[in-house]
Amino acid sequence: MKLNPAQIFIGALLINNVLLFRFLGLCPFFGVSNAVGTATGMSGAVVFVMLLASLVTWALYNLVLAPLGLVFLRTAVFILVIASLVQFVEMYLKKYMRTLYSSLGIYLPLITTNCAILGVTFLSIDYRFSLLDSTIFAIGSGLGFGLVIILFAAIRERLNDAPISRSFRGYPIAFIAASLVSLAFYGFAGLFGISL
Amino acid sequence: MTSRPSRLKYFTSGIILENPLLVLMIGLCPALATTATARDGFGMGIAASFVLIASNVVVSLLRRFVPSSIRIPIFIIIISSFVTIVDYVLQAYQPGLYAVLGIFIPLIVVNCMILGRAEAFAYHHGVWDSILDALGKSLGFTLALGLMGTIREFFSAGTVFGAVVTPAAFREAPVLFMIFSPGAFLLIGILKAIVNRLTLPKEKMEQ
Repeated sequence: MKLNPAQIFIGALLINNVLLFRFLGLCPFFGVSNAVGTATGMSGAVVFVMLLASLVTWALYNLVLAPLGLVFLRTAVFILVIASLVQFVEMYLKKYMRTLYSSLGIYLPLITTNCAILGVTFLSIDYRFSLLDSTIFAIGSGLGFGLVIILFAAIRERLNDAPISRSFRGYPIAFIAASLVSLAFYGFAGLFGISL
Repeated sequence: MTSRPSRLKYFTSGIILENPLLVLMIGLCPALATTATARDGFGMGIAASFVLIASNVVVSLLRRFVPSSIRIPIFIIIISSFVTIVDYVLQAYQPGLYAVLGIFIPLIVVNCMILGRAEAFAYHHGVWDSILDALGKSLGFTLALGLMGTIREFFSAGTVFGAVVTPAAFREAPVLFMIFSPGAFLLIGILKAIVNRLTLPKEKMEQ
């Protein structure tokens, strides 16, 4: 089934959310979702890098690797390109955009090992998206990541003050909260005729 | 360098005390995404184990030739070569498993456990120690993934490795919840709580 751009966006944002349904980027999801402030900074950085990485890897795959028959180098090339891209972005922001750097800077190094970025670029290739579609897919996925991580950070701020039995404190209760958030997001399945 | 008993510890520590998944909370993405059945869980664990053992060996062998300033890109290239091998071997010989694991096979390359072991262990230790360390860590990871897959398959389909183990009445109305993502989050939360319960008395002394 061919999806139109709006369906791709809503699908990536809500229905096949990267965190809750595709299970990509869970380390930062549990790592930096302690406070709404840090979660917002992290999601800003993820949207930005995801968009850039998608554009660059799309061009590399479709204009360089595929015509030359080097598709088997995909994994190695993508991870190296994303790692160096993050470095360049960090250096550029540090030099020319100090305000943005001070809010996103500390999250950028963490993003290289964020499997959501690499995962989304692989998915774009697997779905044979056009450049426009993969851009929309990247923005939708990034915003979906942000939406869930910020929502979840607010929940975790409340959990910190809740009386929880010792064994469940920290990670376990966060996983169970994530389970409930994920269950709630099942309500979006079937929206605009997009299935899981 | 080190005496025998402490060498054995490189192997045993990874299985329980430093279990990558349930104690260190590393490699969460594949643990939740690819454990719908016991076969998928063990399959993913074995794929990641192969990459971990092979990359630990190569990193350890090359450790005297790799300058420390560019070690991370070199580790990434070594790891991604083995990931590509696994990717193509599975695609050729286990197409069913490959279809289920999907992008989580190439994503082994960003699994923190593998880069972490290369950086923290194999780069500073000999080949045999690195193999022991990789074997222990990968056994711990595979067992944790397999355990999750087995539990989820048991509840959602009433089978283990496809073999029927529950009465027909259970299989007519199984706990389908467990096969979906909320079930995955719930299960790992409960497993982590059990691990906390077992390791907690030690922490209590410190506090």
